[in-house]
Amino acid sequence: MTRLAWIRLAIVFAAFAVLEWLVQSGRISTHTMIPPTAMVTELWALLASGELTGDLVQTLSNVAIACLLSVTVGFATGAGVHAVPRLRRALDPFLTTYYAVPFFVFYPLLVFIFGMNNLPMIAIGFMFAVVAMIINTLNGLDKIPRVYAKVARMHQMGRLATALRVQIPAAMPNLFTGLKLSVAYSFIGVIAAEFILAPGGLGYAISFAYDNFDNETMYALMLFILVLVTAINMTLHSIEQRLLRRQGL
Amino acid sequence: MTRNTTYALDIALVIAGILVIWQLLHMGAGDVAISSPAATALRAGELLASPGFWPHAAETGLALLYALIIAVLIGLGVGTLLGAHRLSGAVAEPILVALYSLPKITLYPVILLVFGLGLEAKVAFGAIHGVIPVTIFTMNAVKNINPVFLRTSRVLGMGPMQTATHILVPATLPEIVSGLRVGFSLTLLGVIIGELFASHRGMGFLVMRAIGTHDVVTMMAVTLILAVAAVLIASTLLYIDNRLHRRV
Repeated sequence: MTRLAWIRLAIVFAAFAVLEWLVQSGRISTHTMIPPTAMVTELWALLASGELTGDLVQTLSNVAIACLLSVTVGFATGAGVHAVPRLRRALDPFLTTYYAVPFFVFYPLLVFIFGMNNLPMIAIGFMFAVVAMIINTLNGLDKIPRVYAKVARMHQMGRLATALRVQIPAAMPNLFTGLKLSVAYSFIGVIAAEFILAPGGLGYAISFAYDNFDNETMYALMLFILVLVTAINMTLHSIEQRLLRRQGL
Repeated sequence: MTRNTTYALDIALVIAGILVIWQLLHMGAGDVAISSPAATALRAGELLASPGFWPHAAETGLALLYALIIAVLIGLGVGTLLGAHRLSGAVAEPILVALYSLPKITLYPVILLVFGLGLEAKVAFGAIHGVIPVTIFTMNAVKNINPVFLRTSRVLGMGPMQTATHILVPATLPEIVSGLRVGFSLTLLGVIIGELFASHRGMGFLVMRAIGTHDVVTMMAVTLILAVAAVLIASTLLYIDNRLHRRV
């Protein structure tokens, strides 16, 4: 590990230690917060009892479906729109302002249309993630140097060969950023949806614990989600770094 | 046709396309699920004309304003410090990015426990959504100031106040406006999500109440008003953003 990573780790530890001290010494009431060590013990008990497994599987599979859909649809849409410059120019302001619309307000409507099952949650995760993928696909295709297309033409590569062997590898850094954001946004979308209204899942488990004043379970689950999402993001980040290094960037 | 009229026409076509898809969805799903664009617009007009609507809009606007002020002040302060000190910046950036991609909604119960029900909770929730992008953009803006500018100010014997107003602010403004634009979107999202639960006033509450009474037209009308307002503000910020970036 680098020196910077050690400092980061120390900061995170220090933050938890301060929190632990604040709660243990009674400066923060246990009705508001529980000590981090208690969160860890409670989480361990929850995981060991297998109570969480169902919720975890449900959340992860919804996130996976939403993410897969948004990456494929987002990439296809981005590539399609990029091919029509006029359409692209007209869509640009809509794409940039898309995230200003707080469309979680559509979620109850989606529950109303699809019913109380996994579909509305996947739909919200998809709506939240797909535009990030479209934007990054467009950015990636924009950044390909003109000379690459000329080289492809010189080698008399067909449309498909150009796309597979020149354009996609050249746009890879941006495509990967899109993928990374899609994963993060699918998580945010699905968990937020579960939190608002759902038959199950981690977000639902948190709101259920909150409604029942079950602080131990609630904080244990929050810690679990924070650790899970951070671990996934860090894995993607290190893959991205390796990818960039291989491209000599 | 000139370039600008073609562009305006293309934008109009995109809006027409959205309306057509909406109408088709309405025809497919029926009045119980999705109201037609015309009916929604009519209901939105009624809402805007009714005196009962404005206190809710004001409540959301006020919460958004407070949250934005808090997010921008903290973001600018922390971002400037992190940008000026290279080691802290390098340590903090991945932590900030990790915080940015967390589903912060899971923290909402904590906010409710700390601040109680009401305006404070919404403001706090909006601010924690908005503060991170403002910090990240400010940090990068300060970090990337051309060192020649700072040396010039020293050579010219400018005081700290003059350096700030003549060098630092103009050099970082475009990036900071970009941060503000992203921060605005997220702050609004935070405030509205805050209003969806445990709230008795505001646009989010209106949506939830309409859902409770199966009043699809009102629900969609409030959503439409929110969306149009959000897109208008975001477009204005985008316009300023683009102009500032072109100037530099």
